[in-house]
Amino acid sequence: MATTLSPVLSAHWDADRSWTLETYEANGGYAGLRRALTMPAADVVTAVKDSGLRGRGGAGFPTGLKWSFLPAPDGGPRYLVVNADESEPGTCKDIPLMMANPQVLVEGVAITSYAIGCHHAFIYIRGEVLHVYRRVLRAVDEAYAKGYLGKNIQGSGYDLDVTVHAGAGAYICGEETALLDSLEGRRGQPRLKPPFPAVAGLYARPTVVNNVESIASVPSIIANGVDWFRSMGTEKSTGFGLFSLSGHVTRPGQYEAPLGITLRELLDMAGGVREGHELKFWTPGGSSTPLFTAEHLDVPLDYESVGAAGSMLGTRALQIFDETTCVVRAITRWAEFYAHESCGKCTPCREGTYWLKQVLARIEHGQGTLEDLDTLLDVCDNILGRAFCALGDGATSTITSGIALFRDEFEAHITGGGCPLDPAASALFEYTPRGRADLHALSGVPAGTVGA
Amino acid sequence: MTTTAYEPYEGTKLERLERDAADAMGRYPDPRSALLPLLHLVQSEDGYVSPDGIQFCARTLGLSTAEVSAVATFYTQYKRHPNGEYTVGVCTNTLCAVMGGDAIFDELSDHLGVGHDETTEDGKITLERVECNAACDYAPVMMVNWEFFDNQTPGKAKDVVDRLRAGEAVAPTRGAASVCSFKQMSRVLAGFSDGRADEGVGAGPATLEGTRLAREKGWQAPPASSGQEHDPSAEAVGAGTTPVTPGRTSSTDTPAAPPAGGTSDTPTRREPSKEA
Repeated sequence: MATTLSPVLSAHWDADRSWTLETYEANGGYAGLRRALTMPAADVVTAVKDSGLRGRGGAGFPTGLKWSFLPAPDGGPRYLVVNADESEPGTCKDIPLMMANPQVLVEGVAITSYAIGCHHAFIYIRGEVLHVYRRVLRAVDEAYAKGYLGKNIQGSGYDLDVTVHAGAGAYICGEETALLDSLEGRRGQPRLKPPFPAVAGLYARPTVVNNVESIASVPSIIANGVDWFRSMGTEKSTGFGLFSLSGHVTRPGQYEAPLGITLRELLDMAGGVREGHELKFWTPGGSSTPLFTAEHLDVPLDYESVGAAGSMLGTRALQIFDETTCVVRAITRWAEFYAHESCGKCTPCREGTYWLKQVLARIEHGQGTLEDLDTLLDVCDNILGRAFCALGDGATSTITSGIALFRDEFEAHITGGGCPLDPAASALFEYTPRGRADLHALSGVPAGTVGA
Repeated sequence: MTTTAYEPYEGTKLERLERDAADAMGRYPDPRSALLPLLHLVQSEDGYVSPDGIQFCARTLGLSTAEVSAVATFYTQYKRHPNGEYTVGVCTNTLCAVMGGDAIFDELSDHLGVGHDETTEDGKITLERVECNAACDYAPVMMVNWEFFDNQTPGKAKDVVDRLRAGEAVAPTRGAASVCSFKQMSRVLAGFSDGRADEGVGAGPATLEGTRLAREKGWQAPPASSGQEHDPSAEAVGAGTTPVTPGRTSSTDTPAAPPAGGTSDTPTRREPSKEA
């Protein structure tokens, strides 16, 4: 009963000029919007609720339920904001989706906006993907020209404007309330909740914030039906999703499959781990999810099973590392990422990620002590659940799981005075490694100095 | 190091900026939302967020210069000093670093004689370590003015920067037909199309791995159910003669989250707004 791929979003990515409205319509595009416009808006919400679609941006909250949290219309504006700020390390699905087929996102935006009574929607794209931003801008222009956006869409009397907005480089803006602050022209720092965005979001008005892949899944649900969607996946993790394989894999890439597929099945499709090597550790859902090992190859990749096995499905960002990879180096680099991206608003995250980075770097370079491992776990304990938003929690995931799974390797760095592994062995090309000290000498920045 | 002379906005430059700023503000219900686009716009004129640019944003949006600076300093894409014509960013987040990104950065740094966030003498290249850029299936990745250069090696990366410095047109692996300048890029990010969306491929080879494999094996998503006319008030009738397929049962009996599907309106303790 091997699971097979189920291309829906990715079905026509290889078509000629796949990003154009013409290609999208030739492959059945906008059938979902046409159908939705014949339905009462509330029925569209109910259909998405009944489909069981859960947010594809990481947290897995039921999408239709999120829509239904909007208060009753009061005559004022309500907004849809698409979170296209894909930045979680390992996550690489929304960006190629928007490059190859931005129209499916635009159609999803139109259907969702209609469903929730929104007349102005926003797509917030991270600023570091120039061509993707070009493609989405163009897709919106094309949709206006064809009457899928704008006034009186397809003769329905429904009006919708869409603004495509570029961010400017800040991982934290993937947190939905930080994204809203950023979209309001402010520093992207998370807001205190409640009130939740459903009640007071963009400009303090009722707002739905959804991930790109969530919104892009909506047209197929409306066009093909709830039962069709539920025929894929598991009972509680319904439907399909993009699984992104990266790292030491023969054929890394995007594999769209029903939720509940296993890494073993996906690796078979991707030609296995890099030839001559074996799996050491992997992330099921990006760098904010606890590490898995070869023991977890048969865990069904659905929300419940991955959770029960001690991690999170997250964004299905399957980063694969073989036995040549130093787990301390990997975790240290992630810790440096979180310290760099911490917005500074709350003390546990701002201070905690800073010290995690320092202590891990010390261990990586053979200058740590065995007590440092306890210090790391203690700092993690003081961040997890105490940080203002999920960034701080995520920073601890690979550290606590990494120490639990690979304590020996941490200790080997401490007792052996450095890394026992050769970094060149894990690279995809041959080179002669050099110490990072040389680099700091070159850049003129002393190690440990925070660049201004 | 190149410098930009102090040059207060006036004449046609000011007119152009004011016209573009009005366009950007018109996209939002609240003009302040245009601050990020305006900062990109300023960079498209000055090559960085200049003191004049901060003044211009503040005056345009009715903010103090401190408020504008507070925002400009939060985001890594806004530059506090004149940027090179090309930002060359090597991903050194974990996955790319392990796959060779660290070596690429080191060799480029040696080759160019500059470190992180430093610009070559000729003003052409600003070298950066960048965080994950959502192209992990193409690791190791390098970005030039935020266009994708996939599957890099030190040799390929050095060739790219050499050609950029020689003034040649250089094509990304996935993106426009050639890399544009930092200023041109900034204008696009401010929301002003350069008409180049149709250039380049729809998807790279890694993006298409699953699509191609499915085609080769004849794997497809199930056909649309006969109960397409889904009537939410008549749950389970919509499927007609086709039995409702419940889907594969999860391997666990203890879900980490409350059930999501069906017509359930059961209250949940999960926060409605945790989707990142």
